Amino acid sequence: MGITAAAARDEFQEELVIRPLHSGDIYASFQFRTLWDTDFLQEGQKVSHYRLFPKSLGQVLSKFSVRELHISFTQGFWRTMQWGQPFIPSPPGAELWVWFHDTVSDVDGNWKELTNVLSGIFCASLNFIDLTNTVQPSASFKPLGLGNATDHRFLRYATLPREIVCTENLTPWKKLLPCGSKAGLAVLLKSEKLFHSSFHSQAVHIRPVCQHKNGLDFAKILDAPSFCIHLCINCYLHLFTEWSLFKMFSRTLTEACPLATSSKVYVDITDNPEGELFELSPATPLLSQAVVLGDRRTYSVFDLTRAETFGQLRSLNLLLRWKGDGGEMLRPLLHAERYVAGFGLQTGEIHTVIYNNHPYRAFPVLLMDSVPWYLQLYIHTLTVTSKSRDNKPSYIHYQPAKDRHRPHLLEMLIQLPPHSMTEVTVQFERALLKWTEYTPDPNHGFYVGSSVVSALVPSMVAMSTNFTQDQPLFSSFVPVKEESSYFVRVYTEPLLVNLPTPDFSMPYNVICLTCTVVAVGYGSFYNLLTRTFQVDEPSLPLAKRLANLIRRIRGVPLLT
Amino acid sequence: MAAPLTLLLIVAVTIRAVLFRSSWAELISERVEVVSPLNAWKRVVEGLALLDLGVSPYSGDVFHETPFMIYLFHFVVDYAEIVFMIADGITAVALYLSIQTYNKNVFRKQKYALESDRYPADCLELLRSPKEMFYIPLKVAMFYLLNPFTILSCVAKSTCGLNNAIIALFILCTLKGSALLSGILLALATYQSIYPLTLFAPALLFFLQRLYIPVNLRRSSFWFFTLQYAFIYVGSLVVITGLSFFLLGSWDFIPSVYGFIFSVPDLTPNIGLFWYFFAEMFEHFRLFFICVFQINVFFYTIPLSIKLKEHPVFLIFMQIAIISIFKSYPTVGDVALYMAFLPAWSHLYRFLRNIFLVSCVLLACSALFPVLWHLWIYAGSANSNFYYAITLLFNFGQILLVSDYFYAYLRREHHLTHGLYLKKKDGTEATLVLK
Repeated sequence: MGITAAAARDEFQEELVIRPLHSGDIYASFQFRTLWDTDFLQEGQKVSHYRLFPKSLGQVLSKFSVRELHISFTQGFWRTMQWGQPFIPSPPGAELWVWFHDTVSDVDGNWKELTNVLSGIFCASLNFIDLTNTVQPSASFKPLGLGNATDHRFLRYATLPREIVCTENLTPWKKLLPCGSKAGLAVLLKSEKLFHSSFHSQAVHIRPVCQHKNGLDFAKILDAPSFCIHLCINCYLHLFTEWSLFKMFSRTLTEACPLATSSKVYVDITDNPEGELFELSPATPLLSQAVVLGDRRTYSVFDLTRAETFGQLRSLNLLLRWKGDGGEMLRPLLHAERYVAGFGLQTGEIHTVIYNNHPYRAFPVLLMDSVPWYLQLYIHTLTVTSKSRDNKPSYIHYQPAKDRHRPHLLEMLIQLPPHSMTEVTVQFERALLKWTEYTPDPNHGFYVGSSVVSALVPSMVAMSTNFTQDQPLFSSFVPVKEESSYFVRVYTEPLLVNLPTPDFSMPYNVICLTCTVVAVGYGSFYNLLTRTFQVDEPSLPLAKRLANLIRRIRGVPLLT
Repeated sequence: MAAPLTLLLIVAVTIRAVLFRSSWAELISERVEVVSPLNAWKRVVEGLALLDLGVSPYSGDVFHETPFMIYLFHFVVDYAEIVFMIADGITAVALYLSIQTYNKNVFRKQKYALESDRYPADCLELLRSPKEMFYIPLKVAMFYLLNPFTILSCVAKSTCGLNNAIIALFILCTLKGSALLSGILLALATYQSIYPLTLFAPALLFFLQRLYIPVNLRRSSFWFFTLQYAFIYVGSLVVITGLSFFLLGSWDFIPSVYGFIFSVPDLTPNIGLFWYFFAEMFEHFRLFFICVFQINVFFYTIPLSIKLKEHPVFLIFMQIAIISIFKSYPTVGDVALYMAFLPAWSHLYRFLRNIFLVSCVLLACSALFPVLWHLWIYAGSANSNFYYAITLLFNFGQILLVSDYFYAYLRREHHLTHGLYLKKKDGTEATLVLK
């Protein structure tokens, strides 16, 4: 393949999905996808030409033999019950999971270096990821891209619930886009308005995919998978009854990114078929229907590659005015919560509650829990109850923690009865750590990462299994294998747990006092072992002793 | 004497059964003074649950019992309460029989010494009479069974009770003179927790004394017997360890059990000196102080053996006390074992100097432990220093107790050789000092 042929096959698409909710809130989801055709996985090929794919990440992929990489930075917690299911879920804090190639011999070494390199690329403290918070899930995080390798020795998963997202992370993220923040949808990503939201998440998902263009050999598809890098930003803003793009992002759209093959804005108007709930301007004739998250939704489409979208002012400022109240949101079928029960600093209980809101279908979910080593889990106290009856999981994979080496990993397959609440409880004990192992503010508590609930939820609407290029990005992120269900991943809240603390001002005092007690023991025994009982003869007063000294010199008999 | 002993056993079993069925059992089994990461019942159940799940109990850091415990409780986990009550009963009966044998030995030696006129004339009141010694075995059994520490340890189902039973059986077999059984039981005790290794010296001294072999490093008879006994001991230890390998097919239990005891990675608070010390330790010195503290346990064996080579049973008492105070994860069950011996030294009462102070300190500390724990962990109004202070005081009280009894024992021996009423050179009454 010549360089020109390779260059022609790079592809970039961008879109923005806006979903207005009844309370005046907006869910805005930006998706940027770059398809990169490359075969550097073959022996002896080194890639030196990067056109649309960011070079920093391409070098990372080739150096560490990464097959799939998923990283997300989130601020805030996604309230599934109030806001519905997000297109691409993410847990609070930072999350990183990576599938390595099976040619890698030292996965842990690669993982350590990869986290440090990514920490530099994204200006985040991902270097806190080490073996004490990395797990290897056996069933929960199957590859989202090509490939049927399921040896979970090559998978690594870690979360940092304490990680904060700020402008420092947004700026390098924007640099990964082909147009940067100068053209296209990325001009709306201004940090002052973006971080004002209740929920903000930015993610990078890299995975190998098949090319579906005509004219390519089937064999070539398998040998040379493309890499798809999917960058998405989700944010959730509270606004009033009238909002516009300018009010939300303090910018309007003026042009599409020249490097993009498609650049679209979708506004969800499913709840507003006749315009009685809200009014959207400028009006657009383009409509699109998509089945996303088990629901058929209708969208108004604004195609930024067409000049007439921008109108006379050469800028697109969407305006939406709410007219009426009401409309029910579709209740999400799967929802989970987690909390810590118990009192005191010695023991506690983790309760995970999973709700199945489907009226008549039961389906299995995979619950994955990664608990740090300093919370000692007792697996014999694990109980799973649904509708106040015992519900035994059909598959349990438990890897106990090793102090200061690895965390607990608990994965269970639980069958959820229809329209029910399932509660999973497990008891734990809190450990006393060495004084150097506490974080700078120890009474703030220690974070426990979110649980992950993954499931194939039965869908009310038939999902389409055709993966074509014309589908909008947000509805085609996760590959759909069958029509009757769609994949959902729900993250619970992270927990904040207090541990008993020693007194940090006392190390020298403690050493002295304990050694004193040991010395008292030693001293008593030494006395009794080395000395014998003797009759106490009184010793002469000082004057007589001095006189005896002189007498001894003189050779004269001594005084008594 | 069988009837009072049976009555005592019945009373003890009743108390334990009542506590087992009450709501206190849950509370007691979580107390850190009574259970430690090494012998908590919750961890035994957790280890068995992990085995059921197909994961090795030693793959995590929760289970630190030996494979022998897995073997035992795999079958009797439903009858655990009965097992622990039986263990307490065995310990009490073994201590009863051993103190009875010991008293017979002591009386016989005293009779020979009296007949060969080895005692000075004025120390006749120090001699022990059968009347005074008659109830001592029963008192020893009572001190063990009705000691609140033992009852708490049994109700919490701490495996310390089983370890105590093995040590008590070892003492019984030693005092009865069976070197083979004594070696095997000592190997079992060492296999359970390493510290009973120091009991090898007193047991050896007892057998040498019994077989009239002088303790002289130049005589071949001494080495002959020592090697025999050492061979029995080390051989049984190797066999037991080998059998443990075959349970799970791996040597994982060695770092999990013995590595854990020696390197003290878990800093759960207990009544010992290690936890707070290593919680506040500078990382740089950690290895050094681990070595110092562990050597401290084994260090007193040789000097004490040299000083007490004529008195091996008292040496056993001293060794058990030193192990209980200075081991890495002590619990009140360990303290109860050496306290059971105290009635055997009741004739030393007149020479004890600090007994009132020591008993007040120990009582006060036992009462303050749960109070300060509650204030630290639940009320949040105290911090770890309060609990640590009581730990220090409790260990200081124990050290004082043991050294007081040692002083009294040595002083009585001195009086038995030099006379009770000593006079100075000018004829006035003398005071004895250690010089």
